Amino acid sequence: MTAFFALIKRDLRLAFREGGALGTALGFFVVVVALMPLGLGPDLKLLSRIASGVLWIALLLSALLSLGRMFETDYEDGSLDVLATGAVPLELVAAAKSIAHWLSTGIPLAVLAPILGILLNLDLAAFPMLVAAMLIGTPAVSFLGAVGAALTLKARRGGLLLALIVLPLYIPTLIFGISALSAALGPDAAGGSASSLMILTAISLVAAVLGPVAAAAALRIQLH
Amino acid sequence: MQSWTQRLANPTRFMQVSGTLLPWVAAAAAALIAYGLYLVFFVAPPDYQQGETVKIMYIHVPSAWLALMTYGLIAISSFGLLVFRHPLADVSAKAAAPIGAAFTLLALITGSLWGKPMWGTYWVWDARLTSVLILFFLYLGLMALRSSLDDEGTAAKLTAVLALVGTAILPIIKFSVEWWNTLHQPSTNFTSTVDPSMRWPLLIMAVGFTLLFIAMHLAAMRNEVLRRRVKALRLQEAASRDGLPAHASAAE
Repeated sequence: MTAFFALIKRDLRLAFREGGALGTALGFFVVVVALMPLGLGPDLKLLSRIASGVLWIALLLSALLSLGRMFETDYEDGSLDVLATGAVPLELVAAAKSIAHWLSTGIPLAVLAPILGILLNLDLAAFPMLVAAMLIGTPAVSFLGAVGAALTLKARRGGLLLALIVLPLYIPTLIFGISALSAALGPDAAGGSASSLMILTAISLVAAVLGPVAAAAALRIQLH
Repeated sequence: MQSWTQRLANPTRFMQVSGTLLPWVAAAAAALIAYGLYLVFFVAPPDYQQGETVKIMYIHVPSAWLALMTYGLIAISSFGLLVFRHPLADVSAKAAAPIGAAFTLLALITGSLWGKPMWGTYWVWDARLTSVLILFFLYLGLMALRSSLDDEGTAAKLTAVLALVGTAILPIIKFSVEWWNTLHQPSTNFTSTVDPSMRWPLLIMAVGFTLLFIAMHLAAMRNEVLRRRVKALRLQEAASRDGLPAHASAAE
């Protein structure tokens, strides 16, 4: 277990000291959201209606951007081979890396989202739900993303392929993330959002179980 | 006693069996589809509401059914490859993916053409349409992943992993899309009872399409086996020309 936490700590340290990865994801998030009003016109009513969808889609794309590096750098410098032959099972390595990705990308993006929500004129009443839904939903993004990152480790044009593979898997998260928000703005705020949040939790838990197993299987195939 | 899957594991035996089966299956598919089309266009009555456009159904429903069945076949083949290391499992999965994608696309296109006169639009974000579109993306992902890797063995296993992840996630996607759809618009009632005068032609078309799929799948598998043999022979030839022992490069 100490090895597991050491892995998470190592990945977090790498993510923050390298700087580039986190900054790029956040910057991309801001730029994509900022482009929306330019493309759609500055109609505040329209923007507040589509804000939750824009924020969620921008979040998924930003998280996708940093997924490619999850195993790639470790593969290139050989540390992935060391991890594969080490005492920690590869499933746990994949889980640790997914958790580190969530901590270093999912949480910052979810925390940044309300600020961008102001830019999009999102109803203030929806802000707590926005952050809650994103915090609960982003683990699924990281765990399913780990599968895509592991599958495309050696692929040519890996980045584009990763998007093609992973984005369809994000659909449930996207749908329930948005339905949590629209329920929060509707008449039955507490009940509707609660059921969406519970389903989001279920999706994240399923992803946390399936993702590392599939990612480890994919890594094993490629490391031999 | 070997099971039939074990007996077919020998590619030479598979080539023999499939070679004898293929013409029969193909002929049966052609005959059934021809008979089915005859029934569709000359016997089956036009729908009292939809008129002649209901004839699209006889292509649309079998395509949609095969789109799903093919994914099931790919999933089973992938399982067979990863768990039992069956030598033909990957050939089957690889051959099935483009055929499945083609049937999915056919279901989407015919559905869209049917939607225009019936719903007044080519596309709605209906639960069923959306989940079939996602199924199409999954097929594309399988093919793209396979084509982006140079080593065929690695590509086969990785694609199998993705196919199995897809089977786990497809029900969730379907469920979520349906749930999301009920919030927004009523679902279209596809499952209403069908009159026997339309059910029989539909059934015949469905069986015909299934046989067509089997024939195409067998043919594609045979091509794949042959392609691998040619590749192995080429490698051998190249190796012997360079004066290397043949197995050294073949094993690489």
